[in-house]
Amino acid sequence: MSVSTFQSGVKRGLPVTLSVIPFGALFGAVAIDNGLTIAEAVLMSGTLYAGASQLVGIELFNQNLPAWLVILSIFAVNFRHVLYSAAMVRVVPDWSVAKKAVGFFFMVDPQFAEAVREKEMRGKVGFAWYMGYALIVYTGWMISTVAGASLGNLIGDPKAAGFDVLLPVYFMGMVMGFRKRGNFYPVMLASAIGAIAAFHFVGSPWHVSIGAMTGILLAVILPPARPETEVTEASGEHA
Amino acid sequence: MMDALFDPQTLFIIIAGAVATYLTRVGGYVLMVRMKTIPPRVEAGLNAVPVAVLTTLVAPAFFEGGYEVKLAMVFALVIGLRFPGLIMLISGWALVVAMRYFSIA
Repeated sequence: MSVSTFQSGVKRGLPVTLSVIPFGALFGAVAIDNGLTIAEAVLMSGTLYAGASQLVGIELFNQNLPAWLVILSIFAVNFRHVLYSAAMVRVVPDWSVAKKAVGFFFMVDPQFAEAVREKEMRGKVGFAWYMGYALIVYTGWMISTVAGASLGNLIGDPKAAGFDVLLPVYFMGMVMGFRKRGNFYPVMLASAIGAIAAFHFVGSPWHVSIGAMTGILLAVILPPARPETEVTEASGEHA
Repeated sequence: MMDALFDPQTLFIIIAGAVATYLTRVGGYVLMVRMKTIPPRVEAGLNAVPVAVLTTLVAPAFFEGGYEVKLAMVFALVIGLRFPGLIMLISGWALVVAMRYFSIA
């Protein structure tokens, strides 16, 4: 099978772009509310490019905390990316160091998950395809940040418009895309139980790292399953 | 308040936060390439990363959400078994909006 093109990456990125737009707008509006300038909000979206940690960061800006504590909190929320970049060793072994240095900057949750699926479907992740996906999502994120920062409270309550279910449903679809894997159900259940327990007993954002480590440890302990490079039934459905 | 584009302290936190975020996005890779070979159990762990991490972004939303969120996510799950991701996304979103509009949940 041939390597996917830039255009097909853009096309694959469209659903998640639609899903992140309300959150970019929410971030922009909340940032202005918390005393950031539009330039600061745009700089933050453009250089962190990690929605949850940006919202945590601006919540802490106003609380007279020392800078290092705000930065540590941003790092904690983004810690899951360490697992992504470790797993990418197997996904993009053919990329040059420069391509990795650029590509990994854009590695948000759906970008990573789609790269893994692309690898399983086609055996190779083309840099052009990856950047097509990255640039459409990044563009949507930046435009919606500017819109939210400019329009502010016109956005209103994201819950009233049902936007709060968009990302959980989108991520659920991504999880389902891996359901043909040998150890899918044990890993998924262990992570879910670990995340919910940590959410209650430790609190957010630690439930992400703790839940993920629960599932990963189970995968390490379990006897090796069948080869996991099987193509899933949902191949191509995310287009 | 808007007399400057950037407040120095805020600018510092944003830049340092960006560096910290970038380090998480390359850090795991840098650690892995230092290993000459990847043991099978480490590989099994790495293969589990997408399902393990993405599940933690879904499960609390389901359990902490109201009945309308739970119903919409189950509905989207069923739709997602047969239809592409975008249809699944719109189905879940439409159901939650409808239930809230009609105050069903």
